[in-house]
Amino acid sequence: MITWDPNMEMMPEAELKKMQFKLLKMLVYRLYSFSNFYHERMDAHGVHPDDITRLEDVVKLPFMVKSDLRDNYPDKIFTATPEELVRYHVSSGTTGKPTVVGYTKNDLDNWTESLARALTSCGVGRGDVVQVAYGYGLFTGGLGLHYGAERIGATVVPASVGNTERQLELMQDLRVTAICCTPSYLAHIGETAKKLGISIKNDTRLRTAILGAEPWSDQMRQRIEEEMGIKAYNIYGTSELSGPMFTECKEQDGIHMWSDLAFVEIIDPETSQPVPDGEDGEMVVTILQKEALPIIRYRTGDITSMNVSPCPCGRTHPRIARLSGRVDDMLIIRGINVFPSQVEHTLLSIPEVSGYFMIEVDRIGALDNMLVKVELNPEAFSDKINDILDIRRKVGHTLKNMLNVSVDVEISEPGSLPRFEGKAKRVIDRRVL
Amino acid sequence: MDVTKYTIKQISVFSENKPGRLAAIAGALEDEGINILAFSIAEANGFGVVRALVDRPDAAYKKLNAMGFMVSFTDVIAVKMRDVPGGLFEMARILSEAEINIEYSYAYSGREAAVLILRVDRVDAAVEKILARGGTLLSADEFS
Ligand SMILES: [Zn+2]
Repeated sequence: MITWDPNMEMMPEAELKKMQFKLLKMLVYRLYSFSNFYHERMDAHGVHPDDITRLEDVVKLPFMVKSDLRDNYPDKIFTATPEELVRYHVSSGTTGKPTVVGYTKNDLDNWTESLARALTSCGVGRGDVVQVAYGYGLFTGGLGLHYGAERIGATVVPASVGNTERQLELMQDLRVTAICCTPSYLAHIGETAKKLGISIKNDTRLRTAILGAEPWSDQMRQRIEEEMGIKAYNIYGTSELSGPMFTECKEQDGIHMWSDLAFVEIIDPETSQPVPDGEDGEMVVTILQKEALPIIRYRTGDITSMNVSPCPCGRTHPRIARLSGRVDDMLIIRGINVFPSQVEHTLLSIPEVSGYFMIEVDRIGALDNMLVKVELNPEAFSDKINDILDIRRKVGHTLKNMLNVSVDVEISEPGSLPRFEGKAKRVIDRRVL
Repeated sequence: MDVTKYTIKQISVFSENKPGRLAAIAGALEDEGINILAFSIAEANGFGVVRALVDRPDAAYKKLNAMGFMVSFTDVIAVKMRDVPGGLFEMARILSEAEINIEYSYAYSGREAAVLILRVDRVDAAVEKILARGGTLLSADEFS
């Protein structure tokens, strides 16, 4: 196996933790001394840098949220001087002001290094031709992967997004071996290729795709991989953290979060308490070495779980699972957190029903009642009532096992549940709280 | 013996227990000029299955399927019941002695006698046993 920085990537866990603690301590002292924002925040929270005496003390620090960045537009919480800044990226806000992220030379260097390790872990390296089909510009995807791929000695095709026929022409003529883009854009490239009579599998040298910046599923990965004869890897990052930074390794079983750059916590979004490894919760990230825009205990709003068991690839850094949803979508049913995405994943594993569903929540007396409406697959239709009741029981049991909360199941006719374009509204919550 | 002669193609339709679904099924068949010869509804909490013998099952399937209904064909047999007490019991005994399971049954009043529609797990064996014991089966022709 080839690693970009073997000493760092395979460092024993205990040493990694020691390093994280040292970095955290330095970060907190620096911010308490040089950032008004953090100084006031920590005072208000009743915590002093001296209270951080071990890594676990990180929980004493206050959280940061997206609005902290918006409210301090454009650069009120930057801790670098204007002269130290070498770049800005700006993410457009769907509501209100955008978020501005500034980078010092070291910030860019760490970001690029993070991607150099990640791309290497996907088997990309010198000799590869990498088509970067993320947007170049204020968005972090294009330039981030551009420099990451250059650092590992790959040849970069800075294609950016759009002009799909041209993308295909470049892919063939420049013998592209890897592409970085959103999963939906790759699917679109695939469709366009088909229309033009081009087989990505046979007529190009593409063998790797690094996909992210929007939600996708393992089912979609399987389809893309089979159709295009490639391996597709999941990439994670948001502009607040720097940009895309972390990917799966060749095992395709979780995204390695480089411990020297990021300290990851998974918490219950309601109670803010940590959840056990392997359980779903909100990911909270501290970027340990950021200079221009420090990020401490940033609540990403992304739902995932952490896996600290050793990865067969040999890297010692913990892995997070594919994101399973956003905190905003969370429901609390009889005190248990339930995500519509969990319902979707569960249903996709049951062949008798389709992946379409609706969740209806009511309060009956003092109890929450969750009803999941599912569609029977025509192949599973039997005219024996008991067969359908068995399917309903199976769906109910499987959902209960996954969600830890019992639900009612209603079997609906195929095609009868709403289809959504764009953001799905699959929850009707009629509880009056 | 040609058991297929006695194998009748029943259409089964899944239906949510919503007002108007049954009427929609019946109305659609009527619009197509399809005659319903026997009809039963099996209901559970929340959904039901409509089972019907019609004179043109293929046309019925096509129509209901096009309307978005989940439809399937099921092979059933139709036994003409002797109009004497104990007829149903006798039929059940014949089948159970041959270890044939009745999945479900429903009756309708035919022109001359009551007719029992049976879905069994082994159609061929059921046809043979019933005929061998002197029972009368309606043939598929009589439904078209
Ligand atoms: Zn790994």
